[in-house]
Amino acid sequence: MPIYRLEIENRPAVPDALATKTAQTLSAWLGLSPARIRTRKVYLCDLDMSEAEAKKVLAAIADPVIEVAALGALPDGEPGDPPVILTVSFLPGVTDAVGKSVKTACEDALGRALAGQVYTGTMYLVWGLPRADVERAAAEVLHNPLIQRIRIDAPPRRPDLSVPRAGATQAPRTEIVPLRGLSDEALERLSRERLLALSVPEMHAARDHFEKEGREPTDAELECIAQTWSEHCKHKIFNAPIEYTDPAGNTRRIERGVFKTYVVAATEDVRKARASSGIDGDGGDFLVSVFSDNAGVVRFTDECHLVYKVETHNSPSALDPYGGAMTGIVGVNRDSFGCGLGADLLANVWGYCLGKPNHTGALPKGLMPPRRIRDGVHHGVIDGGNQSGIPYMRGFELFDDRFTGKPLVYCGTVAAMPVETAGRPTHEKFTAPGDRIVMIGGRVGKDGIHGATFSSVELNESSPVQAVQIGDPITQKMMFDMLAEARDRGLYSGITDNGAGGLSSSVGEMAEASGGAEIDLARVPLKYPGLAPWEILVSEAQERMTVAVPPDKLEAFLALAARREVEATEIGTFTNSGKLVVRYGEEKVCDLSLAFLHGGLPKVVRTARWSPPPRAFASAADRDEALAARPLGDLVVSMLAQPNIRSGERYARHYDHEVKGLAVVKPFVGVFRDVPATATVMRVRHGRDEGVVLGEGIHPHWSDIDTHAMALACADEGVRRILCAGARIDRMAALDNFCWPDPIKSTTTPDGEHKLAQLVRACEGLYEACVAYGLPLISGKDSMKNDATLGGVKISVPPTLLVSVIGQMKDVRCALTLSPRAPGDVVYLLGETEDACGESELSRLLGLALEGVPRTDAKRFAARYHAFAAAHEAGLVRSAHVLSRGGLAVALSHMVMASELGLSVSLDGVGAGLSPAIALFSESTGRILLSTRAEDAAALEARLSPHALVRLGTVEPGSSGRGYLRIRQGGQTLAEIGSDALRRAFQEESHAV
Amino acid sequence: MPSDGHRLGAALGQAELRPQTPRSAPKEARDVRVLVLTGYGLNCEAETAAGFLRAGATVDLVHLSEILERGGQADTLAGYHILAFIGGFSFGDHIQSGRVFANRLRFRLGEALCRFVDDGGLALGVCNGFQTLVCLGLLPGVSRARGMPLAAQQAALVHNDRLGYFDTWVKLAVDPASPCVWTRGIGPTIEMPSRHGEGKLLFLDESLRDEILASRLVPVRYADASGAPTEVWPDNPNGSPGGMAGLCDPTGRIFGLMPHPDAYLYPENHPDWIRQRDAGTLPAAGLGLRIFENGVRAALAG
Repeated sequence: MPIYRLEIENRPAVPDALATKTAQTLSAWLGLSPARIRTRKVYLCDLDMSEAEAKKVLAAIADPVIEVAALGALPDGEPGDPPVILTVSFLPGVTDAVGKSVKTACEDALGRALAGQVYTGTMYLVWGLPRADVERAAAEVLHNPLIQRIRIDAPPRRPDLSVPRAGATQAPRTEIVPLRGLSDEALERLSRERLLALSVPEMHAARDHFEKEGREPTDAELECIAQTWSEHCKHKIFNAPIEYTDPAGNTRRIERGVFKTYVVAATEDVRKARASSGIDGDGGDFLVSVFSDNAGVVRFTDECHLVYKVETHNSPSALDPYGGAMTGIVGVNRDSFGCGLGADLLANVWGYCLGKPNHTGALPKGLMPPRRIRDGVHHGVIDGGNQSGIPYMRGFELFDDRFTGKPLVYCGTVAAMPVETAGRPTHEKFTAPGDRIVMIGGRVGKDGIHGATFSSVELNESSPVQAVQIGDPITQKMMFDMLAEARDRGLYSGITDNGAGGLSSSVGEMAEASGGAEIDLARVPLKYPGLAPWEILVSEAQERMTVAVPPDKLEAFLALAARREVEATEIGTFTNSGKLVVRYGEEKVCDLSLAFLHGGLPKVVRTARWSPPPRAFASAADRDEALAARPLGDLVVSMLAQPNIRSGERYARHYDHEVKGLAVVKPFVGVFRDVPATATVMRVRHGRDEGVVLGEGIHPHWSDIDTHAMALACADEGVRRILCAGARIDRMAALDNFCWPDPIKSTTTPDGEHKLAQLVRACEGLYEACVAYGLPLISGKDSMKNDATLGGVKISVPPTLLVSVIGQMKDVRCALTLSPRAPGDVVYLLGETEDACGESELSRLLGLALEGVPRTDAKRFAARYHAFAAAHEAGLVRSAHVLSRGGLAVALSHMVMASELGLSVSLDGVGAGLSPAIALFSESTGRILLSTRAEDAAALEARLSPHALVRLGTVEPGSSGRGYLRIRQGGQTLAEIGSDALRRAFQEESHAV
Repeated sequence: MPSDGHRLGAALGQAELRPQTPRSAPKEARDVRVLVLTGYGLNCEAETAAGFLRAGATVDLVHLSEILERGGQADTLAGYHILAFIGGFSFGDHIQSGRVFANRLRFRLGEALCRFVDDGGLALGVCNGFQTLVCLGLLPGVSRARGMPLAAQQAALVHNDRLGYFDTWVKLAVDPASPCVWTRGIGPTIEMPSRHGEGKLLFLDESLRDEILASRLVPVRYADASGAPTEVWPDNPNGSPGGMAGLCDPTGRIFGLMPHPDAYLYPENHPDWIRQRDAGTLPAAGLGLRIFENGVRAALAG
């Protein structure tokens, strides 16, 4: 078939926004100043159409008002003034979602189906830069060699018609992999070379199994075992028995592992406490489905439950920030959608731990500059979330140079699940033997092979590039729409995501419900030919789900899919044979007993020993000297400009906040809508007033001192946030996401035992907080290998726990924000302020290692929060805000900027004997800033005085329409700062990052 | 909340297309039948349906494939008074916003759309729906005579001056002299969220632009705090000349705009709702609802 090249660009009079943006980025990041840039869209149509048809297509897709287009090449400017022409397009096999839509457009224009594919690219015509600079721009900004290719031309040029066709004609084969008699060394090598990420004892277990069977495994069987037993899928470290030596030197055995001992135990203890208190009445258990499905489910209204899941997508985002992060968000969408029989996606959340964006030092070879990772990660999640029609409700960025090796990319999704669907409880799947196995959504390619095992090892020079996947949100959206219809019509009995491990995991997991499964890989639709059976089995190609369809519903299910242009293929049957049987046509490529696959993983006892490296702290004199050198007002303003304090609005406005029309308290609040909300509130269904409330806590810096305090603080902050917005204290739930550096001692990780002890202490702290606050953990994720070794340099993330809290309101119209309401209102601080500046934002601002990590007395704080929630219920609270990073100073600044009112506060009652700076910047947990009407002050004080209530001052009218912060002590004004000065520091745009 | 809370609260599922019997003149709001086209990456069906339901109309959500399945006869849409082209990312907005979706309509439903318009049907296009109506040539719709096929495209919604999707609440100045039936009685300004990457409105040539302006076919413009039309970011999020945020056809019955009235159905959607409540200015319902009510009212008036 001839290939037709279509080039399209804007008419000269029409602005080229991509060119403008590109010029800005080249200037800001590389200091390059091209005289002019023009961009073009390129579509290479490798389709069975004629030249006349190609012309017809071109006329149909080019905009007649603003664009010019050519079959072949457009003219490349005046002959005397040639540009350098850079073309960026995809490597073979990389998902090209635009190409798919162009093919659809071609078919629509010609009125017939077409064979083949369309390959897209972008051309940059650059004037005023030498070729070498354009090459540099390509390498450092405009292309990623792991997924894209470039070509540089100079006019005159012949239109390039080469397409990145993928695949091979070679017939796929299944190999036998001999294990019998292999030495430990050979087993270890086999595991490494095939990227199985299995340890020697695990390889022993596999070898012993096949010896018992009297045969050797196929490559597909070994791969299937490796995926199923991966750290990613089986959470081996979380489930391992641990020999733990605590800080006091006492050693004990945590036999059931930290997951069961702390995480599950917290939830079970909360469940028991709820049952014995009778809090749930006749309405049914609050905990509808926990730890057993793709996401956690809690009771909400008579009509729907709430579903929540937060995932991480760290390793892929390190290699390809855009694609890796996009698959993070669209992947977690599938988790929440695929819970029970399917839930309606409601809101996304994101959070990124990144290297500092202004990082200027040398980077190990193979690492992208942090600002490029930041930009790519944001844009991936922006495109993935926006195109899926899901608003974002929470987002944060946290910067530390230890996130330069592997960024942490958290993506989460809240969904609403109808209580009943087609006469059944929606939270339960009912897959039975005989149900057909249907794969639906995208096709399978080599993309994403070994994602599960890859994320279970450190990042290094030999990390597999095919582990990178790119999402196609529209294919997924069309699949979700169709599946929601099928769900409402009762057309399927079970559903799960094809995520890590691909079909091997999704079918393997669902087979546990029925007791077996048999599939034929030859029926699986492929993106291109030439995949080996094992590759089809473990590919993590995106936008796919596996559905169990009862035989009598199969025809209707497939017909609906066809009508909605969603590809669905029956690939096998669920059985009760106790086996996972996989064929490729006639050939049997995998025959594994489920008992072995899911239960054969040997348990290894791990050793954890609290053995922190020695730390030197700055002396009190050094601290006082550093503080004395800076006027208090300067410190406050400088604090607002710190990377972890700054507004964050710059990228956030590119995410959709409003789609679905249900948001009530949005991610940014205040007169100028530029202050990050304490927590967000959203209706769940149109026409109803019940709401969902979201907040979170994350404090990796405290891990450097004590992970126990760190974990308590994370849960505490999440709870405080949602309570400040007005959430019910009796309907809270949380997700735990652990991202740890490798905690297993080895030659490359000599301090593994301490890192595992840090994990134990974090789990202890989390358990303590959850039980005290009545906060069940309903789902979570652990990512245990967040290290990168590149060019001989190892970079490990600090132990990081994200606690995402989901709350509920009976009536969103009772929601509160952090913004004070009116002059005359009284401002209070609830909770004690201690000298807790260790690893605080103040310590980073001063560049001093300070002592004193916040102590979270969860039982006492819980009583305080109940009193606060009751005061809100009684209508005594007008605004509320948490004290978090940057302490009182930052929280007060937020209130001033949000309200543009004056705040005059006295530090006299804050802390006992603290200097003003420490009172302002201490990060003690358990504290809430709130305001009330003057006439309600006495009633509020009567309720909250037993819980360390400090009257700070009053709200004033502001000055010329602008707010200010006046800080007083002992009758003296220590600082007065106008909101303009606060805002200038707070806005990232002021810092030219 | 209104008494229709329960009716709205249950998520609206896909409906069958109504019989192609010519619509009768509606006597009351519930007789007004609204078709909301869904599918292919569009995503504002729930809020659009909620808007028309709260305005009292009867709403059908129908996947476009169900309509095309019927072969696209001229009377395919005859059972409806209002056609809603909703927001979202049809076919990912790949190639250009609304392009692939609009082409599919042009090639396979063009005759029915022309008949619907000629018979006095009303249409609302929001965001991606507005882009679609512009690609279809139905907006500004000045060059197509009754009974003729769809006209060529005459305007375009191009990339925002500041590249990329941008989410913000905007204030729109409403032109009281516009023939647009959807904005009647609203103003002088109305606020609602704006969220798009391609919203800058350009015309084929200056004479067409002059004709549009003279006919007052620009019912809404981005405005600054004082209510005056503006080209300055972020009050004008895309750089649209003269602040143009939407268009209507000369009959005023077809209306498209980039901002989302469907995302302001509740008073609490407004970023300042707590301040408005404290000041006693919180409206009883989201002001975006007034656009939907106007559409239903126009359908009732015939």
